[in-house]
Amino acid sequence: MTAELRDERVRSVSRLSRLLSRPELGAAAGTVLVFVFFAITAGNTGLFSAKGIINFLEVSAQLGILAAPVALLMIAGEFDLSVGSMIGFAGILIAIPSVFWGWPIWLSLLFCFAVCGGIGALNGLAVVRTGLPSFIVTLGSLFMLRGLTLGLTRGISGRTQVSGVHELALNDPLNSLFSGQVFSGPIAWLSDIGLIGKRADGLPSISGIPVSIVWWVVLTLGCTWLLTRSRFGNWIFAAGGEANAARNLGVPVARTKITLFVMTAMAAALFAAIQVLVTGSADTLRGTQKEFEAIIAVVIGGTLLTGGYGSAIGAMFGALIFGVVQMGIFYTGIDTDWFKLFMGAMMVIAVLFNSYVRNRAMRSR
Amino acid sequence: MAEPYVELRSVSKYFGSVVALKDVSFDVCPGEVHCLLGDNGAGKSTLIKTLSGVYTPDEGEIRVQGKPARFASPADTRNSGIATVYQDLALVPLMSVARNFFLGREPMRKFGPIRQFDTEFANRTAYDELAAMGIQLRDPEQPVGTLSGGERQCLAIARAVYFGAKVLILDEPTSALGVHQASVVLKLIVQSKARGIGVIFISHNVHHAYVVGDRFTLLKRGKSTGTYAKSEIDRDQLLNLMAGGKELVDLEQELTKAVRSSLA
Ligand SMILES: Nc1ncnc2c1ncn2[C@@H]1O[C@H](COP(=O)(O)OP(=O)(O)OP(=O)(O)O)[C@@H](O)[C@H]1O
Ligand SMILES: [Mg+2]
Repeated sequence: MTAELRDERVRSVSRLSRLLSRPELGAAAGTVLVFVFFAITAGNTGLFSAKGIINFLEVSAQLGILAAPVALLMIAGEFDLSVGSMIGFAGILIAIPSVFWGWPIWLSLLFCFAVCGGIGALNGLAVVRTGLPSFIVTLGSLFMLRGLTLGLTRGISGRTQVSGVHELALNDPLNSLFSGQVFSGPIAWLSDIGLIGKRADGLPSISGIPVSIVWWVVLTLGCTWLLTRSRFGNWIFAAGGEANAARNLGVPVARTKITLFVMTAMAAALFAAIQVLVTGSADTLRGTQKEFEAIIAVVIGGTLLTGGYGSAIGAMFGALIFGVVQMGIFYTGIDTDWFKLFMGAMMVIAVLFNSYVRNRAMRSR
Repeated sequence: MAEPYVELRSVSKYFGSVVALKDVSFDVCPGEVHCLLGDNGAGKSTLIKTLSGVYTPDEGEIRVQGKPARFASPADTRNSGIATVYQDLALVPLMSVARNFFLGREPMRKFGPIRQFDTEFANRTAYDELAAMGIQLRDPEQPVGTLSGGERQCLAIARAVYFGAKVLILDEPTSALGVHQASVVLKLIVQSKARGIGVIFISHNVHHAYVVGDRFTLLKRGKSTGTYAKSEIDRDQLLNLMAGGKELVDLEQELTKAVRSSLA
């Protein structure tokens, strides 16, 4: 038997089983399931009209922006429970300097990203240096950041909400990076050829794609590239899979983890920037529980809670499921109280399914 | 005789009041297998950790290619061509064979301004290197967790050899393996030796050590009881030294007595 022949046989057998052991398999199947379910129950409610699609994609995009870097961090074996509070804190960091101190929006944005990145680095340093579980360390940050946000905002503004960002942002050079829409041209064209419905006044039912959706896609692709194609990605898997082995081989495990904590914090800042510039205000309670929603999306996406295995594409599916279910329940008129029950159950099922897939992957083929 | 690649001269190592190594000399030459034998707590692990830069000796010196050396860290040691394959093997079970092979030393490929992990090269090299050592992989992208214990051991050794190890330190590579798997690893040790690599083989198992070893050093309570060439000692003598022949005879008598008294 020649080497080539043998190779060929090995490849054809393992392609299929490799596909079946992909981490995102469960999430992809779940997405199809959820779409079919709502296509049947909410088919004619407008959930799947252009407007409805944009609506749920926007919900998914916000969560997905968090979920992609959170997935990388969880693959590296760590949690960041502070991202939710970080969103509230970051929003305030943008609004207060602009509204109260007269900073231009672009400067406040840079300030916000710098401070959040720094706090992310502190989270990472604290975890790496103390050797404590990141769950505990970032649970501390969760409370400290929320408290800091409330204290600072009330101290400076006397209230818990800061509005008036819209007017200041109108002519800011960075404004369109975080709010507004793109691809208006193609959307108008799709509407002209009849693929997208028109409103009564003759304009297309949607005027473009919200920029947050673009961020979501770009971040997911970027994180996927990092994970599967870069040296850093190898280190992420190794740090979460077997940190000691990685260290013995010269992988800078500590630096890898700290970098990822910076990334999750920056993602929270991005989330906040989009939210503040779209709504025109910041609120001290923004982002509450987002840390858990992000973890749910990541886990549904096939990432192991114990680290070492997972995918950013999976997290994208997780976020998509989140958005579809949330808006689907809204459109079908089911009491939205049931949403959390549904997502919680979905996560438990996903964990069971994923551990099955992983055991499959680890079984001698 | 060949010049030793690495050499310990009268090394002592203390942990507080514990004398882990006392005045031990040990060396390995290119293309030989030097077995390090000894009971539990004899100081074998301490000796190889001293050799691989984890511990610095309290007395005595280390020489690499005849020159005194000071290892600041395990990475430092690796750079001077001394690779240690620890019992945990430094493998990540959930990662692919190819990614494990290159972990920490990833091959990169340029696409314009972008540098990315060269999956094709990694897969091909891991496959070929293991094939050259007699391990046929089903798929270089299969997780290491799906390999058998012997295959994992071979992967760790093949990796060290590929990255230019001049001296391989193997800490009980066969102790957890069955007969067949152990023989695969023993073959690999002989192959590495044929490539001119000096192998330090730590083992409890005299049978495994005797088939591949060229020289044997016995540690007892932190002291070396001497180094023997294969021509100077046969397997039974080695077994006796190792198990403490007298202790075994004593034990036998004691047991017979115990059985007799229980029957009476
Ligand atoms: N870090 C340490 N601190 C204190 N004592 C130590 C340390 N490492 C080893 N020792 C002691 O030194 C002695 C030699 O230990 P070592 O681990 O080198 O033995 P070994 O020959 O490798 O044994 P085994 O066959 O069980 O692996 C033992 O008494 C051990 O308790
Ligand atoms: Mg030992």
